[in-house]
Amino acid sequence: MIRLREIRKVFNSGRPSEFTALRGISIDVELKKVTVLKGPSGSGKTTLLSIIGCMARPTSGRIWFEEREITSLPERFLTEIRRKTFGFVFQQFNLIKGISVIENVMLPSYPCGEDIREIRKKALELIQFFNLSGKESSKIEWLSGGEQQRAAIARALINDPSIIIADEPTAHLDTKLSLEFMGFMKMLKEREKTIIIASHDPIVYESDIVDNVLNMRDGIVITGDL
Amino acid sequence: MRRSSIFFIIVLSGLIGLCLILLHSSVTIREREDELHLKAEMVKVLGLTDLCLFTEARYTRNPSVADIHTPFQDYPFSLEHFPSGSLMKPPGHIKK
Amino acid sequence: MNRLRNILDFTISSLMRRKGRNIALIVVYTFVVFILASVIFFTEALRREATTILRDAPEIVVQRVIAGRHDLIPLRYIDKIKAIPGVRSVKGRLWGYYFDPLSGSNYTLIVVDPRNSLSGVNHGDIKEGTIIIGSGISRSRIVHEGDTMPFRSFDGIPLYLKVKDVLSSESAIIAADVILISEKDYKKLSGIPSGYCTDLVISVANTKEIPTIARKITEVLPDTRPIVRDEILRTYDSVLNWRSGIILMIFWGALAAFIIFAWDRATGLSAEEKREIGILKAIGWETSDVIMMKFWEGIVISLTSFLTGMILAYLHVFFSSYSLFKPVLLGWSVLYPEFRLTPFIDTYQIATLLFLVVIPYTVATIVPSWRAATVDPDSVMK
Repeated sequence: MIRLREIRKVFNSGRPSEFTALRGISIDVELKKVTVLKGPSGSGKTTLLSIIGCMARPTSGRIWFEEREITSLPERFLTEIRRKTFGFVFQQFNLIKGISVIENVMLPSYPCGEDIREIRKKALELIQFFNLSGKESSKIEWLSGGEQQRAAIARALINDPSIIIADEPTAHLDTKLSLEFMGFMKMLKEREKTIIIASHDPIVYESDIVDNVLNMRDGIVITGDL
Repeated sequence: MRRSSIFFIIVLSGLIGLCLILLHSSVTIREREDELHLKAEMVKVLGLTDLCLFTEARYTRNPSVADIHTPFQDYPFSLEHFPSGSLMKPPGHIKK
Repeated sequence: MNRLRNILDFTISSLMRRKGRNIALIVVYTFVVFILASVIFFTEALRREATTILRDAPEIVVQRVIAGRHDLIPLRYIDKIKAIPGVRSVKGRLWGYYFDPLSGSNYTLIVVDPRNSLSGVNHGDIKEGTIIIGSGISRSRIVHEGDTMPFRSFDGIPLYLKVKDVLSSESAIIAADVILISEKDYKKLSGIPSGYCTDLVISVANTKEIPTIARKITEVLPDTRPIVRDEILRTYDSVLNWRSGIILMIFWGALAAFIIFAWDRATGLSAEEKREIGILKAIGWETSDVIMMKFWEGIVISLTSFLTGMILAYLHVFFSSYSLFKPVLLGWSVLYPEFRLTPFIDTYQIATLLFLVVIPYTVATIVPSWRAATVDPDSVMK
């Protein structure tokens, strides 16, 4: 269980451009389930995702991750948790151009100190799983949109995380690819992964694999709140 | 092959090259010892005081035995010899 | 260890993405190292050669100075100096310069004491009418053993001298422009009156006494100027010291230009590069990992260039006889000594170059990226 209590996030505090993205979020996110943060752009979904995923710290409030409070953990430990536990799929894919597919997939593991052969083996397995075999040495920009999406998910899985976080994953995809994406999420759910997706796409939040939908608007959760 | 391995091989070759250079240097010095002795002997017999590097002027040819005035004795308004005049600094003992 | 290698792998594939640019960078860098290393090797080799060969230079040379000019010294001064305690021998030396208008070159004429003999040189006694010439003269005037060379005496009378022998090419570094001549011929040629000579050469019983004796000479003969062997040796020590003088200027100039170049290249971290660092942070790389990557970037380029430049410099200076420097050094002298330098190399030179070439560049690569490396991991999500 991931618990959030009274999470507030303020950007550019004290300056004229001060902006409150989250105004006191208190939610429980169940593990091994699929949770969707639904809401229009500007509702704070991305900010909330980055806080849950240990990518950013809240301005105030507390977070527990499986009974362990992580709110004021030092940077090093936070990064450690983030690396081991979370896998991110970004809206823009954020793959590195000019290098191969397999190197992109392997990249998150490089600084972990593992033997490169092990990393490569895992990467090839994931590439095969996502039907990209034969393309691993191609430069990433030569792949189609759908293939890049699959590569991005493969990259998110290289460190074998227990939680997948996806930020508007279907924003640039057509219906077919969006459904394909949800298909992959289903496979991952079957492998007991926790999935948290931020999206305002009905294909995502109306999917039957979704266990919990949190409606967000202007930095607060309207329904599904405690 | 891993890229880092290729890099290490290049660096290693370079280091081996450097070792070869040092080796070549010491071997050649030993080979040329006789030659150096001969030259030293010539210096002794002929009473030479300088290397024959720049033959344009007295102060560039024999800087050791030049004095402060030597460069100016060619003739009034004589031009500086280039680049030897710039490269051949006045020896320290001249200034004393 | 694995972490270091993994990051290095990515750094190299990252550099390969802009192959052309990075190869150009390495080429330029290598060239700079090449020039610097060549200068250092060249001057150091010359300096070591000088200090080795000149170790038996005259212990004290005494010149006479009149009206600020180096003038001829009367032979009667010899006895005055002989009287100084500690002096073992005093000899008068006859030598001077000769300008040859035909070729525009300067020669150094030396009268050899017939009692001395140079091994490997067929002279014994240089008879009147004959000379022994240096290898540089032989080469530039295309004169060999048996040929005759014309000279113009001080009073306009031509003098023809036959070449008896040519000094070895190995001796070029000290005697390329030398002509060994008999006393009579030299006096005819130069017009030096009898009773005088060019300078005096003193040898002492105890080398520790040299400074004292030199001082006494000036006391006894105030119009003279003694030059001691130590000073002769140190002439080349300071002139050719690559850590000083014009050579240092060249060195610093090249280094400064290079640091500016590296800094300029590194400070403009493009938007593309910043974005990529953002991605790396987002997928789990820490600030220290990004810095490590930049470190490798600096090292890969600078170390490769350093090793290549250094090896090429060695080959240039000692195998191709510093061919690139020759036009620079030639200047006005027509008679340029061709000599093959002995490769005096030490690890100090190599270490200094390594320190000065690799470290500034690597630092110039890391420091500007520091800011970008500390970006928040969620920056790419905004």
